[in-house]
Amino acid sequence: MTATTPATGTTPTAPALDRYRPENQLSTTLRHTWYLTGRKLHAVLRQPAFIAVGLVQPVIWLFLFGQLFRRVIDIPGFGAHGSYLAYLIPGIVAMNAMNGNMWAGMNAMEEIDRGTLNRFLVSPARRVALMNANVAEQAVTTTIQTIIILCLGLAGGARYPGGVLGAVIVGVASILVGNVFGALSNTVGMLVRQREAIIGINVFFMLPLTFLSSAFLPATLMPGWMQGIARCNPLNWAVQAGRDALATSTDWAAVGLRLGGLLALAVVCVTISVATFRSYQKSV
Amino acid sequence: MPSPSVTTTRPPTRTGVAIAAEGLVKTYATHGRKAQPVRALDGLTITVGRGIIFGLLGPNGAGKSTTIKILTTLARPDAGTAQIEGVDVLKRPDRVRRMIGVVAQRSGSDPMATGRENLILQGHLFGMSGPEVRARADELLARFDLAGAANRLVKTYSGGMQRRLDVALGLVHRPEILFLDEPTTGLDPEARTAMWQEINRLAGDDGMTVLLTTHYMEEADRLADRLAIVDHGTVVAEGSPDELKGDLRGDAVHLELPPGADVARATSVLENLAHVRDLRVTGRALSARSDDGASAVPGILAALERTGVPVTAVTVARPSLDDVYLRHTGHRYASEPTENEESQS
Repeated sequence: MTATTPATGTTPTAPALDRYRPENQLSTTLRHTWYLTGRKLHAVLRQPAFIAVGLVQPVIWLFLFGQLFRRVIDIPGFGAHGSYLAYLIPGIVAMNAMNGNMWAGMNAMEEIDRGTLNRFLVSPARRVALMNANVAEQAVTTTIQTIIILCLGLAGGARYPGGVLGAVIVGVASILVGNVFGALSNTVGMLVRQREAIIGINVFFMLPLTFLSSAFLPATLMPGWMQGIARCNPLNWAVQAGRDALATSTDWAAVGLRLGGLLALAVVCVTISVATFRSYQKSV
Repeated sequence: MPSPSVTTTRPPTRTGVAIAAEGLVKTYATHGRKAQPVRALDGLTITVGRGIIFGLLGPNGAGKSTTIKILTTLARPDAGTAQIEGVDVLKRPDRVRRMIGVVAQRSGSDPMATGRENLILQGHLFGMSGPEVRARADELLARFDLAGAANRLVKTYSGGMQRRLDVALGLVHRPEILFLDEPTTGLDPEARTAMWQEINRLAGDDGMTVLLTTHYMEEADRLADRLAIVDHGTVVAEGSPDELKGDLRGDAVHLELPPGADVARATSVLENLAHVRDLRVTGRALSARSDDGASAVPGILAALERTGVPVTAVTVARPSLDDVYLRHTGHRYASEPTENEESQS
């Protein structure tokens, strides 16, 4: 640090650090997102078992429900072609994305308890980049799990007429719905900072949201009031978009509308979670 | 108390003000049945010159950590102003963050990454280039005796290793001002001594300004060029450790009476002795000052014996920061109720 010998003058400056001044904010945000995402993915790679453990539940749903209720497809008005397993797949993928990311707030709290969040908050790390890294990490893990579920379905005899494009749409829908619930969970984690709160909220919402969607049965078989709720359920948007995209004939306008809705909601939720840093810092 | 020979000989390398905080007030809302807001800072004012180690000394809950959180842009005060190198902490936190290094009380390192990865990420966040940050990481790993563990996950580190990594993390980007919040809490004596040497080097060779909080008297005495004693959110005394101790003429004489002893009678006896002054009573412990403690003790003991007050222990000590603390706060350091500062922050 021999270069840093400011004269005993009037203007206190930080000459040593001027050379690190970034050229513009967008590129700084992107660079920080890249580095912070790398940190998260490294941690995931070191514990690959967690991805597998997360899959146990969806696989049980998939094969138990797929076998137990395989005849429901014969109910008049079910309106699906192919097997019940193939019908279930988009629902299980979306459900898995929601369930997995609902616990993101636990991780956020761990970082708060350890002091890692504070370390980043007193560094020049961009706030948005911190959340972007969460989003990117969960996108990667959700995609891996989605691919595994699709492959398991294939092995179990399900067929996807929508092909690769359909599968990609299923993946995008699961990332978006995962983002929505991941960001909400992060927000709750930072605001409430109690593990019990997250557990309580998740247990309260998980099954109702699942059964108020067309994951297991088509909406046409639901009572009217349920159909009304399902229409507003973001999990249902992901299930429907994925199922339409995998079907023989796809209503792309409907798929686009639902993906657009999910995207808008995800942007809102992530924005809220970034804004939560401010209120977190008030309580520090 | 060992003499602070290492620090006092070091000349300040730079002049000017590095940190200026004025009238900081911070109140935390508390949750619970008896929800009464806690006033963590109550008009705290400090000025820290460049290139020195400045110590904030006080018990847990005195407001030391809150001060650090405000100065490092993490928390905002309810009132007051603060500047780092002339830059307003509240108006330009982004600029302040580039100048400071922070070693908080809680680790902050990523347990699922290696020591080297932690350092490299930190450097990247400060805009350092790849080769630059890798070289700097290796340099710091060697300096903090972590080279052998550089590629091990931090979760496998011992407490002392984690603390050294924390300090290294605060130094990656070569900050001008380093904040150390209780750097040696939880370290064993050997690791503590090593950390002291390293902190001395930071301010000495590296010319850094260091603001350090501690609740160890000895640590403040050994390290700090200047010291502010913080109690209930304000500074109650400030100066170099020697200046503060110099305010207290003579030696401290501490007496301890057995349970059930007549403290009031002992007090009146001591008050009437000519060579004893500044008498203070804390429970059954009596503290006084005397120009020559060693020769005063026989007289004190004889006087007490005449009135029939027994004494369990008597100690004579050169003035210590402990005495400074007692004088300015009116209560002994050790008798301060230890509440966890983290819990209210």
